[in-house]
Amino acid sequence: MSAGISLRHRLGAFELDVAFKFGDEPGVTALFGPSGAGKSTVINAIAGLLKPQFGRIVLNGETLLDTERGVSVAARARRLGVVFQDTRLFPHLDVESNLLYGWRRALVKTEPSRIAAVTTLLGLEGLLRRRPRTLSGGERSRVALGRALLMNPRALLLDEPLAALDSALKAEILPYLERLVRETKIPMLYVSHSLDEVARLADRMIVIDKGRVAAEGSVFELTARLDLIAGHELLPGAVLEAKIAGHDEAHGLTELELAGELLVVPRIARPKDDIVRIRIDAQDVMLALVRPDGVSANNILPVLITAIKEEGANADVQLALNDARLVARITRRSLERLALKEGARVFAVIKSVTVGGREHS
Amino acid sequence: MAGFLTEPELVALGLSLRVALVAVLCSLPIAFLSALVLARCQFRGKTLVDGLIHLPLVLPPVALGYLLLISLGTRAPLGAFLLQNFGIRFVFSWTGAALASAILTFPFQVRAIRLSLEAQDRGLAEAAETLGAGPFDRVMSLYLPLAVPGILAGAVTAFAACLGEFGAIITFVSNIPGETQTIPLAIYAAIQSPGGEAAAARLAALSILLALAGLVFADIVARRARAALGQ
Repeated sequence: MSAGISLRHRLGAFELDVAFKFGDEPGVTALFGPSGAGKSTVINAIAGLLKPQFGRIVLNGETLLDTERGVSVAARARRLGVVFQDTRLFPHLDVESNLLYGWRRALVKTEPSRIAAVTTLLGLEGLLRRRPRTLSGGERSRVALGRALLMNPRALLLDEPLAALDSALKAEILPYLERLVRETKIPMLYVSHSLDEVARLADRMIVIDKGRVAAEGSVFELTARLDLIAGHELLPGAVLEAKIAGHDEAHGLTELELAGELLVVPRIARPKDDIVRIRIDAQDVMLALVRPDGVSANNILPVLITAIKEEGANADVQLALNDARLVARITRRSLERLALKEGARVFAVIKSVTVGGREHS
Repeated sequence: MAGFLTEPELVALGLSLRVALVAVLCSLPIAFLSALVLARCQFRGKTLVDGLIHLPLVLPPVALGYLLLISLGTRAPLGAFLLQNFGIRFVFSWTGAALASAILTFPFQVRAIRLSLEAQDRGLAEAAETLGAGPFDRVMSLYLPLAVPGILAGAVTAFAACLGEFGAIITFVSNIPGETQTIPLAIYAAIQSPGGEAAAARLAALSILLALAGLVFADIVARRARAALGQ
């Protein structure tokens, strides 16, 4: 039996027709794409809140939907934890009752000790007696996450859980989500149109556009693909995994080993040899024909140009650093002035302060 | 109060309160179910059901009293059946007054509860569903508690309206002091009797006080309930 999801649904002029793998293994699969691409329709169909005209959903060997065979498991029996963008906490219940709503009704019961574990994991200890109305946006998001986790779901569906929050609140929630990803083994489908969230959380990525799957693969591979950058409002930039080689405590810096080269970035509070994920924005990468001398940038990496895509005044240049991929966004004028071509060997110059880090086990 | 009102007037007050209370408490669950069906279900003939529920609003109370009398009188088939099998008699009894009041104020309850049900965020029901709640569970854990402000508002409005009911009661259960003579009927009886103007004035003043108290109480209750629900 093939595990995965295939859906076809027509709504007016919009037609959704997608098929992808999800739910067989732990980890975060990002469902990425512009607004109106059909991401929420996919989530609602998987959750059982929308019945697609044609579809097949098989999760962990169990068929939740098969329109051809007339199988459709009710939403309440699917055991899928949904975190909605607008949180949908129950206003008449306090935080604790909200958290326990799904736990009490769980089809597969969990130990009461799990309640305390989730409460601690999400930092909700001090909020249990509060009503949702009195919580901040970030606190509400954490309660919604906890409520979905405590129903003991076979998978979590997160529908842009951070989209309603401002960037400060996002920064507050993301570490909780990262801990969640690290400490639970639940497969997660994470809908987002923010590459930053995807870069920090996801392992696999499904790019959806106009109701179709435009690309499917690892985050590292897809974020460096130039054709996707252009079409999908992606802020260009590569997501990379690197090993912590050491810390320069005196200067507040961390040295990373990335594909055999050393990369200096702002301090990441993780021990030596830990694997961390970093994101390097394409506009923070400069290109030089010869190894520059006397520049302030800490990182000068020898790279090979593997692809070039020109659009408007810009050119996106895909770079190979051994087996890692980077992207540089330069002007088309620079491209011509330097006569850059595919296959050319150049140097990528990256300022340390621009590199965003992320804890990842 | 006891010094202000005479003994028969106190009896009329007590009876009015009892009739209104029983009328509202007995019809409230039915009103909630009707409102739930109207707010959440789509079916053929919904307009007809909606119309039937609202019929007492436009029906002359005297006509309703007459209908009740010919259908629930002890010689009418239904009335005789209830009396012989269950010992229930509505005519010339305060329970008949409560029944007439309940029917006449039913639309107020349904309307208020339905509005608060329709104002509820449907997303909450979806969330409850994904968390494992079935249809009945959703009604009890979500729709009902969230509709409490509407239920209270409907109940208080209906209670106040019950206190003023006249036509249906006098037609159906007659004007029997101590049994069916509520305040409006007592006012009517006082006006009819020579020298009863003072009593009528006292009872009218009492009616106005009760109505005002009801309005203030309804407002406080609704505000409290909304605050408790975080609305």
